[in-house]
Amino acid sequence: MTRRLLLLLPLLLFLVTAVYLARQLLSGRDPAHVPSALIGKSVPETILPPLKAGKPGFARVDFGTRDFPADPVLVNVFASWCVPCRAEHPYISALGRLEGVALYGFNVKDERKAALDWLQELGDPYARIGFDPAGRNAVEWGVYGYPETFLISPEGIVIYKHVGPLHPELIEREIMPRLRDFREGRGG
Amino acid sequence: MIAEFGHFALLLALGIAALQATVPLLGAARGRVRWMAFGSWAATAQFGCLALAFAALTQAYVRADFSVLNVAMNSHSLKPMLYKVSGVWGNHEGSLLLWVLVLAFFGVLVALFARNLPAALKARTLSVQAMISVGFLLFMSLTSNPFMRLFPPPPEGRDLNPLLQDPGLALHPPMLYVGYVGLSIVFSLAVAALIAGRADRAWAHWARPWALLAWSFLGGGIALGSWWAYYELGWGGFWFWDPVENASFMPWLIATALLHSLIVTEKRGAMAGWTVLLAILAFAFSLMGTFLVRSGVLTSVHAFANDPDRGIFILLLLTVAVGGALALYAWRGGAMSTGIAIRPISREGAMALNNLFLVTAAATILLGTLYPLFLEVMSGEKITVGPPYFNRTFAPFVLVLAPILAVAPLLGWKRGDLPTALRHLRVALALALGTGIAAALIIDGRSVMAATGLGIAAWLFAAAFHTLWLAVRPPTRRGEAVRRHLYRLWLRLRALPPSRWGMTFAHAGIAVVIAGVVGAGSLATERIAAMRPGNGVMLGDLEFRLERVRTVPGPNYQAERADFTVYDATGHQVATLSPERRRYHANGQSTTEAAIATRPLYDLYAVISEPTEPGLYGVRLYRKPLAVWLWLGAGMIVAGGFLSLAGRRRPGSGAFDGERPGHGEKNP
Repeated sequence: MTRRLLLLLPLLLFLVTAVYLARQLLSGRDPAHVPSALIGKSVPETILPPLKAGKPGFARVDFGTRDFPADPVLVNVFASWCVPCRAEHPYISALGRLEGVALYGFNVKDERKAALDWLQELGDPYARIGFDPAGRNAVEWGVYGYPETFLISPEGIVIYKHVGPLHPELIEREIMPRLRDFREGRGG
Repeated sequence: MIAEFGHFALLLALGIAALQATVPLLGAARGRVRWMAFGSWAATAQFGCLALAFAALTQAYVRADFSVLNVAMNSHSLKPMLYKVSGVWGNHEGSLLLWVLVLAFFGVLVALFARNLPAALKARTLSVQAMISVGFLLFMSLTSNPFMRLFPPPPEGRDLNPLLQDPGLALHPPMLYVGYVGLSIVFSLAVAALIAGRADRAWAHWARPWALLAWSFLGGGIALGSWWAYYELGWGGFWFWDPVENASFMPWLIATALLHSLIVTEKRGAMAGWTVLLAILAFAFSLMGTFLVRSGVLTSVHAFANDPDRGIFILLLLTVAVGGALALYAWRGGAMSTGIAIRPISREGAMALNNLFLVTAAATILLGTLYPLFLEVMSGEKITVGPPYFNRTFAPFVLVLAPILAVAPLLGWKRGDLPTALRHLRVALALALGTGIAAALIIDGRSVMAATGLGIAAWLFAAAFHTLWLAVRPPTRRGEAVRRHLYRLWLRLRALPPSRWGMTFAHAGIAVVIAGVVGAGSLATERIAAMRPGNGVMLGDLEFRLERVRTVPGPNYQAERADFTVYDATGHQVATLSPERRRYHANGQSTTEAAIATRPLYDLYAVISEPTEPGLYGVRLYRKPLAVWLWLGAGMIVAGGFLSLAGRRRPGSGAFDGERPGHGEKNP
C-alpha cells in the first residue's frame, strides 16, 4: 500500500504544481507589475514647499490621522512636460470638484515657470500643490511614473496608487468605490 | 517562396511524426516487424523535412529577407554574418525550430546507430520520441510559426539585441538543446521500458550513452551561458539564480543523478525503478524549463516570450507528456523492481545517497523558483526569492556531496569497506586540511565557509587522482629497478579504460569548480570610483590607472573605450584593461563591454559607465580570485563526460568501473 502511494507521489506533486502554474497563467496577472510598497502605510513625512503664491504646499499634517480623521485626499503627481498628464487633466479636475475629497497636486522634476504656465493654460483644480523640482521627496512616495495618483484615507493611510493617466472607467472602477467606503465609514 | 516551402516541410514533418508516434507502437504491441521498422524510416524522413525547414529559415536570415516576419523582428542587414545565422535561434519561434530539429536528429541517431537495441524497445522509443515531436510541432504550427510573412516588407529589420551578438551566446542555445533533447531519448527509453514492463541491465546499458551525451552537452551549455554572463553582462557575476538559469541547472542535477543510477542498474541490476523515475523527471524538468521561459509566468532577464496563450499550450504539452509518463510510472513502476537489495556501505549505497542529495537539491531550487508564483496565486502577495535563499540552501548540499564523491569510488560493489577507503584517503585529507588552513591564513580568516570550501575542494581533487593512482600503481616487487617499475606504471595507465579517466576528470572538475565558486564568489574584492583620465585608484595591493578615454567605431556601433593600466605593489605592470560603452546604430541601444584580464590565480575585471559630468567616468573594478578555475573545472567535467562516452564497451566484457583499488587489470 505504501509502495503504491510512493509510486503515485511524483504524479500528485506534479499535478499540484501544474494547477498552480495554470492558475497563474489564466489569472491574467502581469508578473512584471510591482505593487507599491507604500500601500497600507501612513503618508510619508515629506514637507513640500508651495509651487505658487497664494496656494500652500503640503506635509503630513495636511492629511488625516487615526485620532483626527480628515477628508480623504487624492494626490496627483504631474509635470508640465508630461503628455499623459494633459490627457487626464479634465478627469482630475472633475475629481477636484467632488464633495468630501481633497485634491492635492504634486509637481515633480519640473521648472516653476513651466508648471505655472501649464496650470494657467489648463486650469488649476488643486487645493494644495507641492513643488519638488529635484524629485527627492517623490522618491519617498515611490513615484516612478508620470502621472501617478495616490488615494489617501481619512486616517492618512495610502490606500491605492495608480501609475499612468486616469480615465473614467478606471475612476469608476477603482476610486469611486473606495471613496464611497470612506463616506460610509468602512474605508481606512 | 522558400519560406512557404519551409512551412510546408514543417507541416509534413508533423504528419510524419504523427505516423511515427502510432505505427511502431502498435507494431511492438502486436509483434509486427515491418511496423516496428517503420519507426526508423519515419525518424529519418522527419529529420530530413525539419532540416529543410531549418535551412529555409536560415536562408531567409542570411539573405536578410524582411518579408519574413521573424527575420524582420529579429535581424538587421548590418549584423555580421555569424550573428545573422545565430539570430535564427535567438528568438522564440526560431529556437523552437532548433529544438524540434535536434529532437528529430536524435531520433535519427537512434534509428541508425542503436543497432543492438531490441526491435520492440527501439520501436517504442521512437514512438514516444515522435509523440514529443508532435506536441512541439503542433505548438509551432498553431502559435509560433517562424515562416509568417509580413506585407509590405519593411526596408530594415528591428535588430537582434546587441547583448546576444556574441560568439559564446551563439553557441549556448544549440549546446543546451542537445542536452535537453538528449534527455528526451532517455525519457522515451524509460517510457518504453515501462510499457514493456521491465528495465534490466541491458536496458540501462543502452540508455547510458544517451544520458552521458545529454549531460555533457547540458553541462557545457550551462557553463557557456555562465561564462557569457560573466564577460558580457558587466555585473562581475557568473550565476544569478535567475529562473531560467535554474531551469537549466535543475535538469542537469537530475541528469547527474540519472547517470549514476544508470551505472548502478547496468552494473548490478538494482535501483531500476528509481532510474526510470529519474529519466522521466530529468526530461520533465527540461520541459518545465521550456514552459517557464516562454509562457510569461515568471519575469526573468532571459524570458523569451510573454504570451499566455503560448504558455497554456506548453502547459498542456507538459501535463500530457509528464503527467502521462508519471501516471504510467505509478501504474507500472512497481514492476521495475528486480528485488536486488543495496547495502548502505557500498558503491551502490553511496550512489543512492548521492542521488538522494542531488534530487533534494534540485527540489530545493524548484521550490525557490516557483515559490513566488505559488504565493501570488494563493494570497496575491508578491515577493522575490533571490540569491540569498539559493546560496544558503544549495551550498550545504555541495559540502555534503563532495565527501561522498571523494569516498564512493573507493568503495567496492555489493559490500564496501569504509575504514579502508578512508585510510586510503589519509593523504588527500591531510592535503585538504593544509589547504584549508593556508586559505584561512591568506584570507585573514575572513570567511570560515570559504576556507572550508577550499579545503573540501582540495580533498575532492586529491581524492579523485589518488583513487586513480591506487588503480594503476603496480605492486612493488623486491629489488625491482625504478625504470622497470615506471614502465609497468605506464602500461597500466595505457590499459586504463577511458571511462576511468572520465570519472577522475569529472570528479576533479567538480572540485575545481567549487574552488572557483568560492574564490570568484566569496573572496572577490570590488572598488567603485569616479575617475578622470590620469587618475589612479587602489584595489587591495593593485593600482588601476585610467590612461585615456577615446571613441572607437565598430561594425554596427560606436564605442567609448577606456584604457587602464594595472600595477602591483612593486610598481610592475600587471595588466591592461580596455572596457567599452557601445551605442548600436539600429535602435540606439547601449551596452557595456567589460574588460577582463585573466591570470591563473585571479581575474581583473573593469567596467566603465556614463560620465556623470564630462570627463568624469563611473568605474567598477573587481579582483576575482580563481575565476578561471570555474571554466577550467567546467571543461574538465564536460571532458570527463565525453571520455566516459568514448570508453563504451559491449555488455558482458566485464570492464565496468568495478575495480577495487589495487586491481588495475580488466576482469576476465
